Amino acid sequence: MHDTSAAHAAHQHAAPTSFIRKHIFSLDHKVIGKQYYGLALLAVFIGMALSWLMRIHLGWPAWPIPLLDKLSAVGAPQGVMTPEYYLSLMTMHGTIMVFFVLTNAPFAAFGNYFLPIQIGAEDMAFPRFNMMSFWVTFTAFLVMMAAFFVSDGPPISGWTAYAPLSAVGGDAGPGLALGQTLWAISIAIFCIASLLGALNFIATTLDLRTKGMSLARMPASSWAWFVTAVISLLAFAVLLPACILLILDRVAGTSFFIPAGLILSDKLQPHSGGSVLLWQHLFWFFGHPEVYIAILPSIGIVCHILPVFARKPLLGLRAAVGCMIATGFLSYMVWGHHMFVSGMSPFSANLFSVPTLIITIPMTILTLLLIGSVYGAKMRFTAASLFCLGFISVFISGGISGFFLAQPSIDIYLHATYFVVAHFHFVMAVASLFGVFAGTYFWFPKMFGRMMNETLGKLHFWLTFIGVYCIFMPMHYLGLAGNVRRYSAFVDDYLIPLIPVHKFITIAALLTGAAQFIFLFNLIWSRFKGPIASENPWEATSLEWSTTSPPPFDNFGGRHIVVYNGPNEYGVENNGTDFVMQVSPEKISAS
Amino acid sequence: MATTTLPPGADITFDDQGSGKPPELGPRPGYVAQSGSPSQKSETGMLVAVSAIGMSFAAFTSAMFVRQDSSTDWQHFQLPYVLYLNTLILIGSSITLQLSRQRFAAIPHAAQRASASVKVLLASGIYWLYLTAALGLIFVLGQILAWRNLAAQGLFLATNPSSSFFYLFTALHAVHLLGGMGGLFYVLRKLIRNGGVAETSGLSAFSIYWHFMDLLWVYLLLLLAIRM
Repeated sequence: MHDTSAAHAAHQHAAPTSFIRKHIFSLDHKVIGKQYYGLALLAVFIGMALSWLMRIHLGWPAWPIPLLDKLSAVGAPQGVMTPEYYLSLMTMHGTIMVFFVLTNAPFAAFGNYFLPIQIGAEDMAFPRFNMMSFWVTFTAFLVMMAAFFVSDGPPISGWTAYAPLSAVGGDAGPGLALGQTLWAISIAIFCIASLLGALNFIATTLDLRTKGMSLARMPASSWAWFVTAVISLLAFAVLLPACILLILDRVAGTSFFIPAGLILSDKLQPHSGGSVLLWQHLFWFFGHPEVYIAILPSIGIVCHILPVFARKPLLGLRAAVGCMIATGFLSYMVWGHHMFVSGMSPFSANLFSVPTLIITIPMTILTLLLIGSVYGAKMRFTAASLFCLGFISVFISGGISGFFLAQPSIDIYLHATYFVVAHFHFVMAVASLFGVFAGTYFWFPKMFGRMMNETLGKLHFWLTFIGVYCIFMPMHYLGLAGNVRRYSAFVDDYLIPLIPVHKFITIAALLTGAAQFIFLFNLIWSRFKGPIASENPWEATSLEWSTTSPPPFDNFGGRHIVVYNGPNEYGVENNGTDFVMQVSPEKISAS
Repeated sequence: MATTTLPPGADITFDDQGSGKPPELGPRPGYVAQSGSPSQKSETGMLVAVSAIGMSFAAFTSAMFVRQDSSTDWQHFQLPYVLYLNTLILIGSSITLQLSRQRFAAIPHAAQRASASVKVLLASGIYWLYLTAALGLIFVLGQILAWRNLAAQGLFLATNPSSSFFYLFTALHAVHLLGGMGGLFYVLRKLIRNGGVAETSGLSAFSIYWHFMDLLWVYLLLLLAIRM
């Protein structure tokens, strides 16, 4: 449609007027980004509540939890959860957190909002696909939530849904009939939404960069979103087939994953010949890139934010981008390190162990670049910068345990213990979430035109930072002591002495969780009552700070944005300030 | 002080007593969108989509290899002959699509569009597209014949892993092809409405998809013929 009037020529779609078009079925990437953020916020509090239920049960198994029997009379009679219900809660906790929080918040939420602005575009390449991908994600979320309310309850097979438990159906136990099918359908729907989103990100980055915005001048966060989108495209394209095969095994009687001779609840299962390892291969071929999908955007966000508050350029932006790309590429070669004890050939374990150790190199380089970027800096300490510094700390803590797990010899002992739980929570739950927090405090003024409260932000940071160390550090000790994961109670002789540690962790988890309400309050209060933000309150260089807070409908008010500099011009003398914006024509250095 | 560069004469005011809502900014008169052209974006998007679809079929392929080699219950069967005919039909539809694109590419821009020869090119371009759609539909009908042939032999989805994968691959391909037909009708509608301007109709992006579906089918046929 060629509409040559000046009002419409500047944008692919006209500004909406109705409430529904403005706030609900919006084509505007900014609204969609906020919708994703809202969904992630809802999901994280549900996931956190599930973790509280799990932790209370682990610390005090016989203590009845109030109201739990209302959620499931079968799963928690008189408020004391059965072991199967514990596994249900654990499954849903993992699924909700990994898919609906960690894939949504740093990537879909912030990426949707800021990628077009950072590259000088008016919107994403395909706004209608963008709207569709949010609402399809939301549909997936509703289907997942429905699993709580079916008669049998949610599935018990973990977020990893290993076959044959996930494939055989209701004979295998509670939650494995309709609950598991709903899970598989929800994840399949989520895959489609993610593929649409990734497509949008890639096309936008390649085709919609404004004049002067070469790939070399893109900020680290835009690069991270682009690399993540490429990884996401190829990874979710494998999870979708896996879910389809799983659904067929469950409803159509096929035997992709179910071997012969399984007798469950005294019934011989009518399947035969399937390969259980096949599910693990397909799932982890997706699952390992997925964890990099969770962490890379947060790394990009931290690389973007830290120089702003250090008032020094990022040490080696090109190296950082190269590391992100290398990580993305290598992430497809390491999936077997989740399967060292699965029964696959131990020789192939070497083939997976080597690239796993190699992938630590770009990740380490990134960490060192971040540390080097603040070395000698006159740091401005705000909530955003504190979370960036905290990110470095927790990313190192989580990453180091990865070195151990990368080696089959040690992993044989540590697999499925709390050591693994500590590792992935540090890197995913904590580090990735710190990136989201940093991004929130940093970008809130731009998104809502108001500043968040700095005092509450700093309080939130310190309580969370200390809290997560109290929660997850002891888990390394527990794992080394042999504490198996996914157990709902510890009754073995060697586990009983560890229960006091679990009680400590539970108390830490509840307190840290409570601290998150400070963040939630800050978010909501500042949205309506925060001090009005200027266009560039942090004195940052990138394109989002060259427009109003919040940006107008087409991001730049019809201006023809031309980029002259890279995003890293901090600490340079420039007419009394120490930075040069990307849109500023003053030529400081050859970029 | 480093600031943003605002165009001269822009009537933008920053009201710090405001509510934090975005100001009503209009574009400069004569401003032309800097966004990537529609056909470039749609081609990039289609290449990306095609990569994702290819990757998912690669996942199914490796699933088939693993499943076939992990157990001895694989029952080989003869592929229905109609599949080979279908292949020719689908290749034919790619040819008709290219013929259609040639017609549209031969239409000169702007000035001489009203002439009779242009009308002929336009009409034949559209007719070749209709033929592509018809061949696509015949292909899908042929696939249904193949499924009925298999069902007559007693081979259903869950009968045997070999038939499972046969139905899976062919059904998924047919579903994607039907989606492509939807895209074809969208392109046709655009062409008819905008007077045959192929650049903004999405024809180039569609042809990437359609040729990919053709190549994918040839690959699947070879895979099924060799492994089944």
